[in-house]
Amino acid sequence: MGVARYVKNEKDVIEDVILQSGIHVKPMYGPNDLEEVGFDYERDTPDPGQYPFTRGIHPLGYRSRAWTTRQYSGFGTPKETNDRFKFLITHGQTGLNVAFDLPTQMGYDSDNPMAEGEVGRVGMAVDSLRDFEIAFKGIPLNRIGSGLTINAVASIMLAMYQAVGEKYGFSKNEISATPQNDILKEMVGRGAWIYPVEPAVRLIGDTIEYAMKEMPRTNPVSVCGYHIRESGATPVQEIAYAIQIANAYIDEVLHRGYDVDDFVGRFSFNINIYGNLWEQVAKFRAARKLWAKNLRERYGAGKKNPKVLFFRGLFGGGGSGLTKSQPENNIMRGAYYALAAALGGAQTTALCSFDEAYTIPTPRAALLSLRTLQLLMDEMGLRDTVDPLAGSYFIETLTKQLEEKILEEIKKIDDLGGMVKAVSSGYVQREVARQAYEFERGVQKGDLIKVGVNRYTEGEEEDVDLHEYRGQSAEEQMRSLAEVKRTRDDKEVTRCLRQLEKTAREKGNVMPDLLQCCKAYATVGEMAGVFRNVFGEFKEPSIF
Amino acid sequence: MDKKRIRVLVAKAGLDGHDRGAKVISFALRDAGMEVVYSGLHQTIDQIVSTAMQEAVDVIGLSMMSGAHLPICQKLVEKMREKKMEDVLVVVGGVIPKQDIPRLRDMGIEGVFPGGTPFEESVRWIQEHAKRA
Repeated sequence: MGVARYVKNEKDVIEDVILQSGIHVKPMYGPNDLEEVGFDYERDTPDPGQYPFTRGIHPLGYRSRAWTTRQYSGFGTPKETNDRFKFLITHGQTGLNVAFDLPTQMGYDSDNPMAEGEVGRVGMAVDSLRDFEIAFKGIPLNRIGSGLTINAVASIMLAMYQAVGEKYGFSKNEISATPQNDILKEMVGRGAWIYPVEPAVRLIGDTIEYAMKEMPRTNPVSVCGYHIRESGATPVQEIAYAIQIANAYIDEVLHRGYDVDDFVGRFSFNINIYGNLWEQVAKFRAARKLWAKNLRERYGAGKKNPKVLFFRGLFGGGGSGLTKSQPENNIMRGAYYALAAALGGAQTTALCSFDEAYTIPTPRAALLSLRTLQLLMDEMGLRDTVDPLAGSYFIETLTKQLEEKILEEIKKIDDLGGMVKAVSSGYVQREVARQAYEFERGVQKGDLIKVGVNRYTEGEEEDVDLHEYRGQSAEEQMRSLAEVKRTRDDKEVTRCLRQLEKTAREKGNVMPDLLQCCKAYATVGEMAGVFRNVFGEFKEPSIF
Repeated sequence: MDKKRIRVLVAKAGLDGHDRGAKVISFALRDAGMEVVYSGLHQTIDQIVSTAMQEAVDVIGLSMMSGAHLPICQKLVEKMREKKMEDVLVVVGGVIPKQDIPRLRDMGIEGVFPGGTPFEESVRWIQEHAKRA
């Protein structure tokens, strides 16, 4: 989704443009439009670094520091993944974002029958600390931060990351992990959930509480509008739901008696970039403003330190904008999406690579994505000045209009009793699924233009070199796992797992126990299995 | 006489959680007059076959997005043979590379509809090939 609807006359003259957010775009904007939306510079878009940060969270923006590039990567064995990490870092990537295979994401070891056919397929197989030791070997974890795209078992992976940092001489205060750790969006649009909502949210609370006290450079959550957008949400819903999901996690930690300013500053976001260029840029600006206002007005946050109100984001991806047909078009799409992210002031970014409509990226495709991002910062002038589109009659009007719509959507969720209720009941899932269907119909009817799909479809289909899944990786991984199980201290593992279970049942913070388990080389399956026993499994609400 | 509606189980097998396509096709099949049961995520082959029997479906539609379609389809076809469900049609959609389509055909799966297949095409094919009790 994300393409606007064009109403044209028989001469192909555009008579109306309707953005996905429902906003109509006029042929021209001027000072009157700003007046009509009640635009006021000091109130709506003060200088960057000033509340509510519409123009940016830092007065210098990219002049101070270019965006961090974090191409999502990982596949096969930890050794193969370590190679890909080093390849990307050698080519100038400044952060990591670790892809885990589905068994790992779902809390199964590589030798579990449930893992068959999936070991190392969509990401790296991780069964124990031994795998992290291999994956992060030779990576300066004090200088390179790692996104860990993991959710249901994020608590386990965060503990494992601390353990591997310590193994290599990096203290927990030096390392910077960003586990994605956003279970509510899994239930809406990514599907890698395990446990029911309540204990799953509690685990997130545990990681936030633990990181607040023990891991000052870690961002314990990356709240994702991204996948909800991928599932069919409009840009307006994407931001509204992200803010409400973050609120649900804030509420969980506040229940433990902490001050919001003590932890909310480490929240980060993951927002999508595909769609209409203008709508995306305005969306990022609106998101910054509304997050800061939400924190201040709903929670009284920012009193001790206004920096905790920053909307820090990875604006990237764009997967559902890409197409299988004419895949090289996706190179250009990526470039335009990245431009939107840069104009929107993303702190961090990454692109879906041009071959990702087929499978995970080849090194060449990943490198093309990385170069796309570097070109913008180093050659095209996106570092020159902060929020360059500020003051544009169109962009400022659009930003205000989007804010209004996002607030309406936020209120809808409030009226439903909050995001936990909205997701448990299936409301959000039904909305986005229905919209996804409408969108697909629009593309099939030709109402929504998709180049190479329903317009400019002439020509031969190109053949793309694709990443191939290596079945041997699975065998190697299982041998490695058997070796770990053979050489570890089983008594210690059993003791640690028993302690973990006790804490989980007593609803204590599981992070210290997880750290012990990881150091004893307990496996992901064993630790996740303890949680399965204690918490049970999520039951999807029906949406039809 | 009323023609009995085609009953379809749209199923997500294995660990993959990408269900947008499965939900979209479910809406489309329903709009085309079929009765749709959606399995939800993370179904094992045994669970899918069991649901298919319980719901007395005419068609099982597998939605596969992670690339594991060949091993999973193989298992499904074998299980169905074991349960003597030869009358039930199997169709597959999602991320299916062109070179795998003949291999699916060899397993007995003729109806393959990768993402982007127009709804009418999938609907028409199912209408022509589904057997109704």
